[in-house]
Amino acid sequence: MNYVKDANLNLTWKEVAPGGTILGGGTSLAVNTGDWRVYIPKFFEENCTHCMLCFPVCADSAIPVNKDGKREDFDFMHCKGCGVCYMVCPFGDSAVKKGSAKVAITWEKEDK
Amino acid sequence: MAFAKAIRERLSGNEAVATALKQINPDVVAAYPITPSTEVVHYFAQYYADGEVNTEFVAVESEHSAMSACIGAASAGGRSATVTAACGLALMWELLYVASGTRLPITLAVVNRALSGPININNDHSDSMGARDSGWIQLYAENNQEAYDNYICSVRIAEHKDVQLPVMSCQDGFITSHAIENIELLEDAEVKKFVGKYNCDFNMLSGTPTSVGPYDTPMFYFEHQYQRAMAMKNSKQVILDVYKEFAKLTGREYGLFEEYRCEDAERVIVVLNSSAGTAKYTCDKLREKGEKVGVIKIRVFRPFPLEELAAALSKFKAVAVMDKADSFSGIGGPVFTDVRHACYELENRPHIINYIYGLGGRDVTEENFVTVYNALAEVVKTGKTGEIYRHVGVRGV
Amino acid sequence: MSKMVEIRWHGRGGQGAKTASLLLADAAFMTGKFVQGFPEYGPERMGAPISAFNRISDERSPLHSNIYEPDYVVVVDATLLSAVDVVSGLKKDGAIIINSEKTPEEFRPLLEGYAGRIYTIDASQIAEEELKNRNLSNTSMLGAVVKVSGVIPEANLIKDMEDSMKHKFADKPHVIDSNMKALQRGMKEVKG
Repeated sequence: MNYVKDANLNLTWKEVAPGGTILGGGTSLAVNTGDWRVYIPKFFEENCTHCMLCFPVCADSAIPVNKDGKREDFDFMHCKGCGVCYMVCPFGDSAVKKGSAKVAITWEKEDK
Repeated sequence: MAFAKAIRERLSGNEAVATALKQINPDVVAAYPITPSTEVVHYFAQYYADGEVNTEFVAVESEHSAMSACIGAASAGGRSATVTAACGLALMWELLYVASGTRLPITLAVVNRALSGPININNDHSDSMGARDSGWIQLYAENNQEAYDNYICSVRIAEHKDVQLPVMSCQDGFITSHAIENIELLEDAEVKKFVGKYNCDFNMLSGTPTSVGPYDTPMFYFEHQYQRAMAMKNSKQVILDVYKEFAKLTGREYGLFEEYRCEDAERVIVVLNSSAGTAKYTCDKLREKGEKVGVIKIRVFRPFPLEELAAALSKFKAVAVMDKADSFSGIGGPVFTDVRHACYELENRPHIINYIYGLGGRDVTEENFVTVYNALAEVVKTGKTGEIYRHVGVRGV
Repeated sequence: MSKMVEIRWHGRGGQGAKTASLLLADAAFMTGKFVQGFPEYGPERMGAPISAFNRISDERSPLHSNIYEPDYVVVVDATLLSAVDVVSGLKKDGAIIINSEKTPEEFRPLLEGYAGRIYTIDASQIAEEELKNRNLSNTSMLGAVVKVSGVIPEANLIKDMEDSMKHKFADKPHVIDSNMKALQRGMKEVKG
């Protein structure tokens, strides 16, 4: 039971991986940590200039950038909603007037 | 039965362990010198410089790094080994637990030395006894021969599929590490054949991405610890099997402990490492006078041979357990508490007392053991155990 | 157990008492004996009194304590006599061998309570002549010890010692010849 996909809470001591060693890469893909989020950012593509200030500051690498050098919508499986992206965004609603038509990232309490 | 050819030699305990390491030819040795284990690293560095081993020798900057490097190497599927003593072992502490918890079969030669302070470089067992709960198998050696034999066996024990735990092989600093004595060595090819090739199930170089030592949440951690505990329990049989195979090769038979002249003994001393020899010598002399005395020498302290020891001790009237380390619990040393605990379920328990002895290189003499045997005679005569927490060889006591 | 010979060496740090005890163990090993050779360790530096020990027997000795009742005592530096009770526990039928230009009888009054045999050997002088260093007296002391104790048959000794020295001084082959001369003079010139 060395693969993350096999891990579950029914595993007994005989079945868990010795020493906790995990086989197979990309283990974070198997675990939804996005549900830890309390606040949630929202991305408005039409107002984004793709200045690339936001993606390097994301602690969870949850801002994907495509081949064309354009950022895409958040990876909500891994985004923890910390809000640092909206704070650095020149068009975030901390930088421009709330409710403005130019806002590229908003950040508010997630409605769960 | 024909045994493998024995090479008659004279080596110090340190050179004996270095020779075993050379013959095992591990993939990685990472070590930092500390008295009295320095010579082992010195010898091994020479073998490495002379091209006598294929080992990757890493001259690290501390013992913390030595054990870390061994953990890294073992995680990559390498057979790794190191050597240390005293404060060096203490500096490895954090990683000792990581090594055993991650189930990496590293072997470690400990040359027992007192843990300061005040600073002392001589022998006692406070270093390895402190590590008795770190999940490492612990083997103890009376002399250079046993240090050599234990080390070779430790590789097989550690790497066994039912065990997968690190092993520390201990011998007494200076007393055996720096004493030249006769020894019988195996030929290189015999050792190579005996230890075989290390094949681990998982390693970071296997081609499959592997995460070693990842964060273990409360959801799984306890199961992993139970696994580790069961591996330690299982290792008892594996140790016996490996020793049996070793006996076929060399004629030297080892068990979890050795019973010396215990057949009809009434008073017995339980002891480990070099002082066991002096205890045997004293025992012989008292036997000549008709005294019914014996010695039990513990070889395997972790896992602790509870049932086996209890069965052996049930035959005696009075037992003194010798501890070359105090646990400062006010109730005796670590060997004592385990041995006495082992006897709790016995219907006919012997009287059991503890002697702290030989701390910080205080010479342990025949006279000390006579004192202990005499104290046991008093216990037998009066039928009263009396004070259990005693000391021998300290002035004013 | 058959007869075991126990030897205690007294010297000062840097004089090679430990090395001499290891060489003696080596030589006795070559003659088929079981040996122990070990120093008493501490924070010794150059000049501090130190001791070293040998047990030589036909069976392996299980003893791992220091030696308190030696058969022979070897004093590599006579100035130790005022600082250390070198004859402590020395057996009546044993002997003490002292590095000195004096005669054995001159030492008698200094060794209070000891009535056994006393030998002297001017090992420092031999060391000066053969090794150009008065402090390297240990090999001639070793020769004297072998002669007095008879612990190794003399016939074997010369060859065995040469082999031992080749082992011990593998990285300093130039010192072997002069040390062998010092060894043989030690055997020849010991007075008792």
